[in-house]
Amino acid sequence: MALPIYTTPGQRVWHYCYMAFCVFVLFFLVAPLVAVIPLSFTSSPFLNFTPEMLALDPDAFSIRWYKSLFGMCADVEDVASTMCHNKWMTGAGRSLYYAVISTVLATFLGTLAALGLSNEHMPAKRAIMALMISPLIVPLIITAAGMAFFFAKINLSNTDAGIILAYTILGMPFVVITVTSTLVGFDRSLMRAGANLGGTPTYNFFKIQMPLIAPGMISGALFAFITAFDEIVIILFIGGPQQHTLPRQMWSGIRQEISPTILAAATILVLFSVLLLTTLELLRRRSERLRGITPH
Amino acid sequence: MSTAPATVDGPLITADGIPLKESLQKSLRRSKIRAVLLVAPPLLFLIFLFIIPIGNMLTRSVDDKLINEVFPNTFEAFEAWDKVSEPSEEMFAAVYQDLKAASKTEIGKSSVRMNYAKPGWRSLIKVTARKIKKMEPPYKEAFLKAEGRWADTEFWLSLGIMKDKRTMGYYLNAVDRTYDFDKNVIHVDENRKVYNLLWWRTIQVSIIVTLACLLLAYPVSYLLATLPMRIANLLMICVLMPFWTSLLVRIVAWMIMLQQNGVVNDTLVAAGILSDENRLAMMYNFNGTVIVMTQILLPFMILPIFSVMKTIPPSYMKAAQNLGATPTLAFIRVYMPQTIPGIGAGCILVFIVAIGYYITPELVGGKDGRLIGNMVAYHMQRSLNWGLAAAMGTILLIVILVLYWIYDKIIGIDNMKMG
Repeated sequence: MALPIYTTPGQRVWHYCYMAFCVFVLFFLVAPLVAVIPLSFTSSPFLNFTPEMLALDPDAFSIRWYKSLFGMCADVEDVASTMCHNKWMTGAGRSLYYAVISTVLATFLGTLAALGLSNEHMPAKRAIMALMISPLIVPLIITAAGMAFFFAKINLSNTDAGIILAYTILGMPFVVITVTSTLVGFDRSLMRAGANLGGTPTYNFFKIQMPLIAPGMISGALFAFITAFDEIVIILFIGGPQQHTLPRQMWSGIRQEISPTILAAATILVLFSVLLLTTLELLRRRSERLRGITPH
Repeated sequence: MSTAPATVDGPLITADGIPLKESLQKSLRRSKIRAVLLVAPPLLFLIFLFIIPIGNMLTRSVDDKLINEVFPNTFEAFEAWDKVSEPSEEMFAAVYQDLKAASKTEIGKSSVRMNYAKPGWRSLIKVTARKIKKMEPPYKEAFLKAEGRWADTEFWLSLGIMKDKRTMGYYLNAVDRTYDFDKNVIHVDENRKVYNLLWWRTIQVSIIVTLACLLLAYPVSYLLATLPMRIANLLMICVLMPFWTSLLVRIVAWMIMLQQNGVVNDTLVAAGILSDENRLAMMYNFNGTVIVMTQILLPFMILPIFSVMKTIPPSYMKAAQNLGATPTLAFIRVYMPQTIPGIGAGCILVFIVAIGYYITPELVGGKDGRLIGNMVAYHMQRSLNWGLAAAMGTILLIVILVLYWIYDKIIGIDNMKMG
């Protein structure tokens, strides 16, 4: 923001203070995540920057924690052997498995709900909408406690199925929200035109409506995916030792055997989130282009 | 022209001969049914796996059935007792009958419950139950021989707290109160008071975090809303990146920043602001919880305020200044009132999320940064006092649902925007 030529000195000082404050806030948001990246290449088993690292001594850097993360433990033998279980990789696999299946389910169910709720003749719309979104609002600890009791009763605790169902519940609201907001811009006469041209409702849905609400479905799915992939509270309450996901491994990493392996994992996850964010931004632009809305 | 034309003043008829009104109603009904059928599967799914489990858990907060089912005779004998005289032989006989009839797990579970009414019950029942097989009448003597504490009338009196199938006891415990033996509400001992402090701290942390978020978010949102699109989008990534990064990753990142030998302390020491021995304690305490929660919840504040600011035309400010207002006055009197919906949405959202937080305080809160969510988890997993956990959960849930309702009234949940 260039200042106009007529600003007084006082306004200038105020303006620069304001800018400095904004930079500070943005820095506050991002700095911790950025700090993780260089530290993950440390060669020491501690989680702080050593003087050697700050002096950019090449010996202070290594990829040993990445090796440990990927289960190549040969050169970390000097560290307690417990750190070198390949739980990181199996955990990531588990998380991926739960996240993918629950995302598919959540996207399917969430889209159904959004389609029904966007119908103007739907009774009790507001109440149902509030109900559908409530898993986002109820604290996870309460959801987890409720599910722990209930799943134990119906023999679902400590099972993969139980966790997938729980994650589907958590993911569904995101899909409902994003698809509903894409449906607001959806022109219903397109469906009528399709019907007029002889398409069955199902055919019309897949050929006309779905491609247009796809950005909403995908961004909802991404939210659902990241929620499931990153979920820690529910898994602690209803997961058994068999359900050892990546967040669970990080949890025990933070609480017990903290080693820079967790930083290597964190770095990869930060990069992963940047990737997701880019995808989402591209989707948003595509959606706006398709709906003919100029970016605002 | 042999067929009679549709009468002018009769009802309008569609091509297939049905009155238009009826036909429209039919199609309306069909559309309604279709909508309901679409919503039904996800709604039933949600009700079965989310609403029912939570409702079910909440009933545990008042449930006191088990003990009455395991000790029916005991409670009957207790009702007949005058509460002043020595416990009679019949009362001991009743306990004997109940202990003999109950299974081991039933006795175990109910003795845990009885221990909440009066500490000591659990071991008393345990010891007695072990010897129950060999007991013979008169039972009073046999019981006293097995455990001298049966002579203590306090144990008998404490049955009065448990005699109803529904109890408010857990709710009272959740706010540091309890029943005395006559079912009057009293405060618990000074040294056993924990929960009021925790509730107070939870509200305190939520308010501090909400205000801190507002203070940090407002200027940045204004910047993002007034900058040209391209730069604003770039800066928006800074806001959204933490939002999209794993919660645990963010916590680890903060540990690196704030610990004793962390980046912040190192920088301050290197810059000569702090001496080496006076490093700030910013982690594993109250400060840690507040700092980390503020960063984690900041995007929830920036996004709603930003989206409201985006809709305010810049010409309003110019008009105000044109009419003689100084920039400051124009901002306060013209711009700020228009951003109130965004502020309201952001504050309620942040407060709702903050009040139920569990993971962050658990990992970075240390002893004095724990919140009520941690207590719920503790009673769920460690102490197994599920009634108390459910009671605290219910109170928390009611607070949140009230705020959610307000949010829905003011902003409307369908206006909730993501990313």
